[in-house]
Amino acid sequence: MYRYDEFDREFVTSRVAQFRDQVERRVSGELTEDNFKPLRLQNGVYLQLHAYMLRVAVPYGTLNSSQMRMLGHIARKYDRDYGHFTTRQNIQFNWPKLADIPDILEDLASVEMHAIQTSGNCIRNVTADHLAGAAADEVADPRPYAEILRQWSTIHPEFLFLPRKFKIAVIGSPNDRAAMQFHDIGLEVRKNDAGELGLRVFVGGGLGRTPMIGKMIRDWLPEEDMLSYCEAILRVYNLYGRRDNKYKARIKILVHETGLDDLKKDIEAEFERIKDGVLKLPDEDVAAIAAYFAPSEFADLPAKDDGLEQAKLDNRSFARWVDRNVVEHAQSGYAIVTVALKGTGEAPGDATSAQMDVLADLGEKYSFDELRVSHEQNVILPHVQLSDLKAVYDALLEAGMASANAGLITDIIACPGLDYCALATARSIPVAQELSQRFADLDCQNDIGDLKLKISGCINACGHHHVGHIGILGVDRRGEELYQVTLGGSGDEQAAVGEIIGRGFSKDEIGDAVETIVDTYLARRLSDDEAFLETYRRLGPQPFKDALYPAKETA
Amino acid sequence: MSTLKNPIAFTANNLLDGEVVWLGRNGGWVKSIDEARVFGTEEERAMGAAEAAQADADNLVVEPYEIDLNLDEGRIAPAKFRERIRAAGPTMRLDLGKQAELSQPEALVAA
Amino acid sequence: MTTLFIDGAVAEDPWVSIDGEQPVPEAEDVIVSLALFEAQRHALLTRNEGRLGVYLEADDQIDAIADDLGKIDLVALDFPSFADGRAFSKARLLRDRHGFAGEIRATGDVRIDQVQHMRRSGFNALAVHHQPTVDSLMEIKDAGLNLFYQPAIEGAEARSSSGGRSWARRAL
Repeated sequence: MYRYDEFDREFVTSRVAQFRDQVERRVSGELTEDNFKPLRLQNGVYLQLHAYMLRVAVPYGTLNSSQMRMLGHIARKYDRDYGHFTTRQNIQFNWPKLADIPDILEDLASVEMHAIQTSGNCIRNVTADHLAGAAADEVADPRPYAEILRQWSTIHPEFLFLPRKFKIAVIGSPNDRAAMQFHDIGLEVRKNDAGELGLRVFVGGGLGRTPMIGKMIRDWLPEEDMLSYCEAILRVYNLYGRRDNKYKARIKILVHETGLDDLKKDIEAEFERIKDGVLKLPDEDVAAIAAYFAPSEFADLPAKDDGLEQAKLDNRSFARWVDRNVVEHAQSGYAIVTVALKGTGEAPGDATSAQMDVLADLGEKYSFDELRVSHEQNVILPHVQLSDLKAVYDALLEAGMASANAGLITDIIACPGLDYCALATARSIPVAQELSQRFADLDCQNDIGDLKLKISGCINACGHHHVGHIGILGVDRRGEELYQVTLGGSGDEQAAVGEIIGRGFSKDEIGDAVETIVDTYLARRLSDDEAFLETYRRLGPQPFKDALYPAKETA
Repeated sequence: MSTLKNPIAFTANNLLDGEVVWLGRNGGWVKSIDEARVFGTEEERAMGAAEAAQADADNLVVEPYEIDLNLDEGRIAPAKFRERIRAAGPTMRLDLGKQAELSQPEALVAA
Repeated sequence: MTTLFIDGAVAEDPWVSIDGEQPVPEAEDVIVSLALFEAQRHALLTRNEGRLGVYLEADDQIDAIADDLGKIDLVALDFPSFADGRAFSKARLLRDRHGFAGEIRATGDVRIDQVQHMRRSGFNALAVHHQPTVDSLMEIKDAGLNLFYQPAIEGAEARSSSGGRSWARRAL
């Protein structure tokens, strides 16, 4: 993985000093809140319901053991002993004191981490497929591109005060595990017939109030042009994106209102002008960054491990965990482990500092010192030998992190909601907890099969409800929490925005409503192999509406 | 004196530690809503607003605002659910926030 | 009170801002609004004495003056608020796309925490109201960093010595 050199170290160190000075000027009154706010946001500092919140970047979701250990240390020393992994490959601490944050950033810098641009109307933490560099279906590792983008976008002088936030995601496989098409810019690394690497470029995707699937603006962009093209897009957006209404300020609205063809003309014209300039990426520089992500020194192992097979026979719980939470690795004899931070009744994505320590230890011992965080609020051990899976499982079991529910209905995504968030209109976590309890039975969950359930506590959609197979959006209706249900959304390569199924449900009703939807699916699926989303796509919303809203009486 | 439809309080977060605070009965800002000053008339409200704005200008608190209250047998509770959560803490973590130190946390959130 | 800084140093301002109704003095250096420029374009471009500057509000685009930049000596770009970053891209376009070599002046809400970004985007002059910003600039403190992850306006920065990164820069 990427390691800082002297330049990077000096950069983050001076950035911490800069923020320390900004905090001092805020406390002294030289900076008003109006002027401090954009500065603190650019360092990931929010003021939420109960306290400040610090959002720390895990760039493209990759971190090493000492970084994970540091996150645990920060939770323990400065916070309330836990952290919350988010849907954007970040971690949030919910209770830091403003006066402590420069020290926290200093601690983060000591392990090559930062909170730069995790918030604010700037280019945010660049995300990527959490299985990058490990997945069997990968064309190329997307992380070198994400790292180059991270660097280029860091304190870019022109793009720190954009009309609105700007999110970039990169994938390197035809299977989209990063909801790439729901980003302001989505990039898919591809190979052409000549074997050269390049990118397919999408623009104008996003969730929030007006969900939109990104539109393909370039089927092929040579990798050397990546920065020039992104700079052209950002420049056009900064100049022409709407600033009169924050709900219409994302690039998706500019694309929608201007039309892709017209906007593309402006972007291509600017790109044409700058593409042979200083942003053109030399092959050797791309190669130098890519070298940081070279495959680990894997052992030459058979594809099957007898010990593992025996352990699965001996221990049914372990076998089920392997079945759900372990997927194929590109390297024979290795596997990718998903640690679902979704125990029964737990807050999705929360981990205690003790759990972070355990994860760090496991990454160090069994996964070439590497861990990942996913937008589905789980932690991944990307390179585990098949013969080590049982030991990993045992350690996770002891630490309360062995939920065998990856990809199942209780592997719920949920934003912090009204329990923490100043923007929220309803609670999310308690709804997730109730559903997690309701569907806790593993036999029942496995019978239901693959199902993505996503919950947001307001229209900003941090819980990605639009792309949930079942999506739940909490709103405020005259002081009461009301939950709207969408069905049929999908964040993968067959991107789809869920349809609102009908009137919303109270907090007391929402659990039953989800159960009714699931029961309808179970009754109507063609076979056990037809997943929820397939059944929904085949039948459409009507059977679900009929079940949720039975006609009371004809008028 | 014109009486307000609802009694109100003024709330904000401390600048330095972010803690939720209210203008207190005995002056200054307090960390428990039980000690918050209740404003019942337009004249009191104007005084409270001025006091809150001053604290903002003095960099003690951040972005103060007023909240509607319900008074139930003398106990102060915010009218809005959001403000009840601010006064207590996360509803699914009773060990966190102000409720961790209160005697009857459930009463506040359920109010 | 406005303090003008040019290339980092306090400077006298020889320019007169003309708005709306006033007649344009023949021999003075004037900064006119875009509306005035468009209304009296020919007369302004053919004056014999006195330099010409144009002031663009945040909603105004560079394209409106692009064809005449050869006869314009100064472009003032407004920052209506700390959060409005359009002028950064406009300065960049003036320098890079149009090769504009005259003065690019930041006006409006000019604050110390954006000064370095302004310079890196192509501004060489700052009209500052905010007193703490004036004080900091007097101390030659711009609240910025010395290392950059992207090339900006050429000239003020060198390629970083750190190998393998064509995009990195270091302040001179």
